[in-house]
Amino acid sequence: MQALRNWDPQVVAEVIDFRGETTVVVPRQHLVRVSEYLAGQPGLLFSFLSDLTAVDRFPLEPRFELNYQLLSLDRKERLRLRVRLPGAEPVVASVSPVWPTANWHERETFDLFGIRFEGHPDLTRILMPDDWEGYPLRKDYPVEGYR
Amino acid sequence: MTTIETAAGPAEPMVLNMGPQHPSTHGVLRVILELDGETVLKAKPVIGYLHTGIEKSCESKTYSQCITLTDRIDYLAPLSNNLAFCLAAEKLISIEVPKRAQYIRVLLTELTRVASHLVWLGTHAIDLGAMSVFLYCFREREEILKIFEYVAGQRMMTSYFRIGGLALEPPPGWIERVKRVIDLMPGHIDQYEQLLTENRIWIARTKGIGYLSAKDAIAMGVSGPLLRASGVPYDIRKVFPYSSYDEFEFEIKTATEGDSYARYQVRVAEMRESLKIIRQAIDKIPPEGPFRADVPGIIPPSREEMKTSIEGLIYHFKIFTEGFAPPPGEVYQAIESPRGELGVFMASDGSPKPYRVKFRTPSFVNLQSLPKLCEGRLIADAVTCIGTTDIVLGEVDR
Repeated sequence: MQALRNWDPQVVAEVIDFRGETTVVVPRQHLVRVSEYLAGQPGLLFSFLSDLTAVDRFPLEPRFELNYQLLSLDRKERLRLRVRLPGAEPVVASVSPVWPTANWHERETFDLFGIRFEGHPDLTRILMPDDWEGYPLRKDYPVEGYR
Repeated sequence: MTTIETAAGPAEPMVLNMGPQHPSTHGVLRVILELDGETVLKAKPVIGYLHTGIEKSCESKTYSQCITLTDRIDYLAPLSNNLAFCLAAEKLISIEVPKRAQYIRVLLTELTRVASHLVWLGTHAIDLGAMSVFLYCFREREEILKIFEYVAGQRMMTSYFRIGGLALEPPPGWIERVKRVIDLMPGHIDQYEQLLTENRIWIARTKGIGYLSAKDAIAMGVSGPLLRASGVPYDIRKVFPYSSYDEFEFEIKTATEGDSYARYQVRVAEMRESLKIIRQAIDKIPPEGPFRADVPGIIPPSREEMKTSIEGLIYHFKIFTEGFAPPPGEVYQAIESPRGELGVFMASDGSPKPYRVKFRTPSFVNLQSLPKLCEGRLIADAVTCIGTTDIVLGEVDR
């Protein structure tokens, strides 16, 4: 945390502590830079991306929150990165070059939330059929689906 | 589409569609294989055939109602799913579960691990042609399922762990039943090992097949026995202990070869470690004591309290009609399921229904490494590679 602030104070927009878990809110234009730094910097080595998922805050703005669940196997520590995205333009750079495992996670988030990841090698639907309309996990999508 | 060189000149590789209905995919998995003769050039898993929208359904249910849905994610280890969900919810509302309930949870999830590894061993063996192992494994698994039935009332969809503890007081005599089963298990495991460990066909079909290096495994986010068979000693029970795992003595079993045979060795060794944990749990579980935390308004009161006190009746009514409302916030709770890191990300907005629940399922992430395992190998080895990842398609698609 402190290392991140020392490195570049601009990349830390907010720090949230809840139930012993730390969440760092990162402005979306800095996401890939921060990811590369956290994954590669000796002494941090968040080399394992456990999970990546979105939360839809509809009708609030910024509408989407992306949560990146990082893990450092060497230091046995977890950290959560959060990026907020506006509902009108839910686009963010892909982190799959940093953590290859993000590939399917990003596809799933695209499939269920309609968030686009720029630079993703194969951004197609993964769980829903290819010709599905709408993004099921958005809050304005009815539970029983469109009839 | 790539081009390949043949004796008759350049040609297109053959595209073979494996699944979605195929006995070796253990469910409904489709793999698109590009073949040069019998060699797999490219493998592309296609998933989603079992997608049931569990995460969406959770958003319209109260926290307690979601537990029944979690059973259906990984149907070979329902208690592990129950545990991950309950721990996440307990973290969100910040309550402590009584020690007795924690030990019972440990005992039952370790039994689940043994049962799940037995299914894996049996089905993997039958994929590779060893029919008898399958029959033995399912015989023993049935004994474990009988314990679940006795304790929770259900063989598979147990829903036995509830937020704050357990659903019911375990019935009398259940510990003796567990003892009977686990006293026989080491002998049974020896029997499987006699059939497989030095079996030349088994070795030929698994040694060196489906190699995954530690570096690739970490990059692909692979966890559980797959990661440990590549030499990374990452086990959440040790690294981030939950449910009092830090009070138990056991080892993280690893191997360095990173192939299918190493994963077999790791899983078999893990079964023995689980039996060790179960034995310790039997000694630790006090015969009497609370099986649920006592938090009025969040955890349901006991039956007797509900019938005899007005507060108990009110709380009971409120909990079962509108549920409880945790404070707004997000938590991530991971446990070591038989397949790896099973994480639950839970976001609350202060209402009685979870705002968002995400299940980070190990099968989904581990399956992503399938192309790495089988590309460049024979098509028959693709069957080994699917089997060795130990995926449950319900968990992949949710």
